[in-house]
Amino acid sequence: MTTPTLSVRNLRVEIPTRRGVLTAIDDLSFDIAPGEVLGMVGESGAGKSITGSAIIGLLEPPGRVAGGEIRLAGERIDNVSPDQMRRIRGRRIGMIFQDPLTSLNPLYRIGDQLVETILTHERLSQKAARTKAVKLLEEVGIPAAEARFSAYPHQFSGGMRQRVVIALALCADPELVIADEPTTALDVSVQAQIIALLKRLCADRGASVMLITHDMGVIAETADRVCVLYAGRLAEIGPVRAVVKHPQHPYTQGLMAAIPSLVGDPDATLAQIPGSMPRLGAIPAGCAFNPRCNFAFEACSAARPEVYDAGTSDASCFLHASEVAPSAPAETLRAADQAGIVLPVSAKETIA
Amino acid sequence: MIAFAIRRLLQALGVMLVVALISFMMFRFVGDPVNQLVGVDTSPAEREALRQALGLNDPVLLQFARFVIKAAQFDFGISYQFKQPVASLIASRLPATLELSFVSALFALAVGVPMGVYTGLYRNTWLARAFLTISLIGVSLPTFLIGILLIFVVSVNLGWLPSFGRGDVVDLGGGWTTGLLTKSGLQSLILPSITLGLFQMTLIMRLVRGEMMEVLRTDYIKFARARGLSRRAINFGHALKNTLVPVITITGLQLGSIIAFAVITETVFQWPGMGLLFLQAVQNVDIPIMAAYLLLIAFLFVIINFIVDLLYVAVDPRIRLGGAAS
Repeated sequence: MTTPTLSVRNLRVEIPTRRGVLTAIDDLSFDIAPGEVLGMVGESGAGKSITGSAIIGLLEPPGRVAGGEIRLAGERIDNVSPDQMRRIRGRRIGMIFQDPLTSLNPLYRIGDQLVETILTHERLSQKAARTKAVKLLEEVGIPAAEARFSAYPHQFSGGMRQRVVIALALCADPELVIADEPTTALDVSVQAQIIALLKRLCADRGASVMLITHDMGVIAETADRVCVLYAGRLAEIGPVRAVVKHPQHPYTQGLMAAIPSLVGDPDATLAQIPGSMPRLGAIPAGCAFNPRCNFAFEACSAARPEVYDAGTSDASCFLHASEVAPSAPAETLRAADQAGIVLPVSAKETIA
Repeated sequence: MIAFAIRRLLQALGVMLVVALISFMMFRFVGDPVNQLVGVDTSPAEREALRQALGLNDPVLLQFARFVIKAAQFDFGISYQFKQPVASLIASRLPATLELSFVSALFALAVGVPMGVYTGLYRNTWLARAFLTISLIGVSLPTFLIGILLIFVVSVNLGWLPSFGRGDVVDLGGGWTTGLLTKSGLQSLILPSITLGLFQMTLIMRLVRGEMMEVLRTDYIKFARARGLSRRAINFGHALKNTLVPVITITGLQLGSIIAFAVITETVFQWPGMGLLFLQAVQNVDIPIMAAYLLLIAFLFVIINFIVDLLYVAVDPRIRLGGAAS
C-alpha cells in the first residue's frame, strides 16, 4: 500500500469564543491517495472549508487545530513552524478559493502575480519564470496568453479569472490541491469547463485533489471518493458511485433524495430533511444527526457512533454497528432495510 | 489619459473663477476701499479722483474681469497697510510657509504610514496600543496647545531647540529663501513641523491601520498566503498597496489644510510665513492681501487635487478610463 498524499487522523478544530469553546471539526479522519480526487460535501457550516483551511495552515484566528494529526506524504505538517508551513503552502499544497472575482489582487497584473509566485518557490531567472508563466496561462486555456500577460484582473471575466487562479495554485506543481467550491461563484455554463480543466491539469501532474463543494453533480462527475460531513463530523465516506447510488448513512440518503431530478414527475414535492443542522454551540448528545433522523433509536442519543464498515462505504451510524444495531426496534430496522441501508448480519437476524 | 487630465484642468479653472468671484466680492462687502487708503482729512473731491483712478466707478462685471486678468498675472494690487505690491509681499513669505508645510507633511507620512502598518498588523501588542493612545492625544489636543507645550518643554525647560523664528536662511535666488541649508534653520523647523504635522500624522496612522485591517481580511490576501508568498511580500506589497488610494486622497487634502492652517502654528512660533501675514491683514482689514491669500490657497488646493487624481490612476489600474492595455 502506498503512502497516502494526505492523511488526516482524528482532526479536531476549536474556535474559542466568549461563550466557550466551539468544536468546528470533531474527530475527523480520512485519506487521499496519490492522484485521487476526494469530494467533500455537506451543508453550509458542516466544516468543509474549515477542514481545508486547517490542512493548509490558514485557519482564521482564533480557530486552531486542537488535536489529531495531518500528514502530507507521510510527514506531519500540523506542528511545523510557521515558516516551514509557508514553504509548504503553494509549493506542496495549492489552494483555490470560491470567488475568483476577489481572489486576485486587483492592483497587480496577472502575469506579475504568477511570476511572483513562481519565483517564491523556484530558483529561476525573471525571464525563465515569465516563460513558465505564459506556458501556464496557455495550459489553463487563456487565449493569447502572451498578450494577456500584462492585463489586470478586472479585464478578465469570472471564468477566465478562475483559470488564472488555477494557474496560480498549480504553478509550483503541488502534490495536493484543495479546491474550495471552485465553481460556486461562476456561471453554470462555465462551471463544467472549469471542473474539467481542474481535473485534467491535476491528472496530468499526478496531483491529488480535495474538492470541497455542496454540488453533488460536480462530485458525481469528478470525484473518485466522497466524504460527507455533518456538524463537523464524518457522516459517510466511500467510493463516489457507492455513496451516490447506495448511501448508507441516513443523512446521506436525505441529501441524495433532496437532489432535484430531470426525470420523473415534475410536480412531485422535493424531498427534504426536516429541521436544520445544529449550530456548533448546540450539537445534540450522541449522534449529531439523531433529532432529524427517521431511524433514530435509543442508542443514538446516548453515545456517539464511531465509523463502521457499511459494506460499500464506511458510515458513522449505529445501524451499521453489529453490537448496537440489534437493540433497535424491529420496525426501525425493517424501515432502514427497505430504505436500502445494508444492516449487519446480527441486526438482520432480529427482523428475519 | 490626456483627455482625463484636460477635463480635470477645465474643472479646476471653473473652481478658480468661482473663488476669484468670492475674493472679488470681499472688496465690496467690507466697506469703501478708499476709506482704507486715505486719511480722514482727505477732501471728497480727492476721494472721487482716487475712486476714478482705481476704476471703482466702472460696471461691476468690468471690474471683475479686470480683477481676474490682473490676478492671472499675479497682480493683486497694493497692500493697504504696507503700501507695497501684494504679490511681492506674498512671494517673500511663501517659501517659509511651503517649507514648513512640506516638512510637516513629510513627517506625518514618514511616521504615520509605518505606525499605521505596524498597528494594523500587530493589533494586540503593547507597542501598538501605546501608538494608539498617543494618537488619541494628537487627534484631540488643539494645535496651538501642542505648540505651546513643545516650546515650554523643549525650548524653555530643556533649551534644546529655538522657540521662534526661522533661524538663518539662505537666498536661493529669485527671492526664494530656504532654512533647509543651515543648522539653525533646520533646528528651527523641528518644533513647528511636529506641531503642524502631529494631527495629520495620527490621522494617517489611524487611516492606514483601518485600511490594513480591512485589506488583510480580503480573499486575495488569503490567496496570497495560500500561494506561500513571504510575509513581507504580502504585508508591504499586496496589502499596503491596496490601502494607498484612500491614504493618497486624505494626504492630498490634508496637505492643503496644512498649508491653509499653518496660520495658527506660524503665530505660535512667530514663523515669518503667509499665515502670519494673513493674520496681520485681517487685523488691519487689508483686503488685497486677504483676497490674494484666499486665491492662493484655493489654487494650491486645486493643484493638489489635480495631482491626487493623477496619482490614483497611477496606483489603481481600475480607475484608468477607457480600459487601456488590451
